[in-house]
Amino acid sequence: MSVSVHDVDQQPAVTSLRSKDLLGISDLTPEEITLILDTADAMKEIASRPIKKVPALRGKTVVNLFFEPSTRTRTSFEIAEKRLSADTLNIAIATSSVVKGETLADTAMNLEAMRPDMIVLRHSSSGACHLLSRICRSAIINAGDGMHEHPTQALLDAFTIRERKKQLQGLKVAIIGDLLHSRVLRSNILLLTKMGADVWVCGPPTLMPTDIRRFGVNATTNVEQAVRDANVIMMLRVQLERMEGSYFPSLREYFNVFGMTEARMKLARPDVMIMHPGPMNRGVEIASEVADGPYSVILDQVANGVAVRMAVLYLLAGGAEHEEAA
Amino acid sequence: MKRLLKGGRVVDPANGIDGIRDVLIDGDRIARVGADLPADGATVIEIPDGLVICPGFIDMHVHLREPGQEHKETIATGTASAVAGGFTAVACMPNTSPVNDDANVTTYILDKAKEANLSRVYPIGAVSKGSKGDLLADIADLRKAGCVAITDDGHPVKTALLLRRALEYAGMFGMPVIEHCEDASLKGDGVAHEGYYAASLGLRGMPGACEALGVERGILLSELTGSAFHVAHMSARASLRAVRKGKEAGVRVTCEVAPHHFTLTDEALAAPVAYDTNTKMNPPLREAADRDAMLAGIADGSVDAIATDHAPHHYDEKKVEFDRAPFGIVGLETAVPLSLDRLVHAGRIRLSRLVELLSVNPARILNVPGGTLSAGAPADITIVAPDLKVRIEAARLRSRSKNTPFDGWQLRGGVAATLVGGRPLYVNSETRISL
Repeated sequence: MSVSVHDVDQQPAVTSLRSKDLLGISDLTPEEITLILDTADAMKEIASRPIKKVPALRGKTVVNLFFEPSTRTRTSFEIAEKRLSADTLNIAIATSSVVKGETLADTAMNLEAMRPDMIVLRHSSSGACHLLSRICRSAIINAGDGMHEHPTQALLDAFTIRERKKQLQGLKVAIIGDLLHSRVLRSNILLLTKMGADVWVCGPPTLMPTDIRRFGVNATTNVEQAVRDANVIMMLRVQLERMEGSYFPSLREYFNVFGMTEARMKLARPDVMIMHPGPMNRGVEIASEVADGPYSVILDQVANGVAVRMAVLYLLAGGAEHEEAA
Repeated sequence: MKRLLKGGRVVDPANGIDGIRDVLIDGDRIARVGADLPADGATVIEIPDGLVICPGFIDMHVHLREPGQEHKETIATGTASAVAGGFTAVACMPNTSPVNDDANVTTYILDKAKEANLSRVYPIGAVSKGSKGDLLADIADLRKAGCVAITDDGHPVKTALLLRRALEYAGMFGMPVIEHCEDASLKGDGVAHEGYYAASLGLRGMPGACEALGVERGILLSELTGSAFHVAHMSARASLRAVRKGKEAGVRVTCEVAPHHFTLTDEALAAPVAYDTNTKMNPPLREAADRDAMLAGIADGSVDAIATDHAPHHYDEKKVEFDRAPFGIVGLETAVPLSLDRLVHAGRIRLSRLVELLSVNPARILNVPGGTLSAGAPADITIVAPDLKVRIEAARLRSRSKNTPFDGWQLRGGVAATLVGGRPLYVNSETRISL
């Protein structure tokens, strides 16, 4: 076996994922989340080897189908696929060429005809992965769909927290920013609440999803209350175009009311972690001093993204079972 | 030619009838309704036990798509769907291509309806030229060509001023203005009801207040002008509250509710199939409190009519990302089973009230014939089978489009037969009726 998952202290309660796809955190059980994180532990070790490649996905074809611009996520998936020896190809489709004619369903069926094993999809429409999953035999991995979910981001965030704090249970996690439009928020809420964290969300009321408390979180517009005694602070990107929708008056005012400053950070626990899924708007949602400061784990998140995506690809390909069959 | 429908239960609320009666049809008219009528040379048709004879159902809100979008529906397929669903008449919305803002389009529609020779078709004209909300359409012309009401359906009338003028002007002919009530700025690019399910699925929302603002606007202008104002496809509890208050104040406001809005909630966005584009319509499926309010309004008389907002779309158009899919579902062939199952058998209303909602009131609001079995009325008759077990099968719908969220649903109650002008145009072989 080329990848060992036996190094971890505790064996996970499950050894495989139930679904052929990863459409969202909403479909995962806590045991499956633990399995992915434990598998990622083993995957992370591969990055420290001089030869950063294992044959786990040899002979598998993975298509990275990106309908939205993405640097970080696409690169991270591609590196993860290559480290597992998969054959990968990248298809970046500008939204404009979709307008020309071909529907997502047709694109998917054409790809499917060439029999890939997995499709990693990034799309601006919520539910696009669900549409593909109904059409395709291939495993569909959601790399971000509209305002819905970004499950591998939540998994890498959880991995990064668990690396430092050993567990997620009982941690106070404050998530601050544009909650309404954030797929990172939705996936993180689902994951963190499933794993027993105490989740606080904070942002302007204009950017607060309807019935947010029904998601099992505490919601506040008071950033100090959200940050107080937090173990983890997660800042979300505020898109500059939101001003045009009158969600808030100006970036300056946004920063004054919700921006993460060193002064606000002092209200948190002394060992607080500062996270950001990127790309950051320095001076809008986060002060540079905080982003670059000693509590920031933003680059660790990026590094861990590769390990977590390797774990997801490996498990969806059938994990150890597939390897034995090969 | 005379026919005598013998021994059925007749529900004719306009004449206060709910009991076993015979119905004598002479040609295309009702000749007489009474107990134990003599055959007197008429062909006798025995009505099997359990079937109910009602004045023909009228769907006052359908999209027949012709002219211009014949890949979705034609007047022939739409009216075939109507009679199969128990509707003897439909009123069709003007958002065709070209828009029915011109007497020539109205005439074209009526010619096609005559050719199809199925259900009656009452065209509804546009309020404004091209339904663009700038200039009034030639409403007198539309009226003369056969339009029974005006609307810019699909969108609200653009400005309060134009809606006021439309009410004043159409009021001259006794035509109601039917309004798709919606505040455009609040709707924004919303694709689903603004609530928990849209939030969790990451779908852009439009709140109930968006509809209710349009309802309030229309009621105020109806009060100002004294003209009849009809709220199309009402879905939000705040809209119902506004209608109730308007009616109490004596304003000439009426409203309709679609079967999907008294049956489903926004939970259908998530399950059984997440992001099913057949759960996307405008107004959207709303939360349980809104659905329950629609049921209450239907029961207490605040709601005047059930109308389907039959909105056929080709499967290609619906097989896309949720936010790119067009709004709307077909409804003509599911309305009666849903109404019987969810309203009558659920104990919310009696059958006679359902006949008011589906026949009496639509005829009254649109000021068209029908809604009664009175002697001399057109022999437009819907015979329902309230206890028939019905399984909705999308693939078997007569409509050219199959976009329904009710595929596979088992319901209690269906249509036994549909007669238009005395002609049996639909007979359900699963009932023992022979016409």
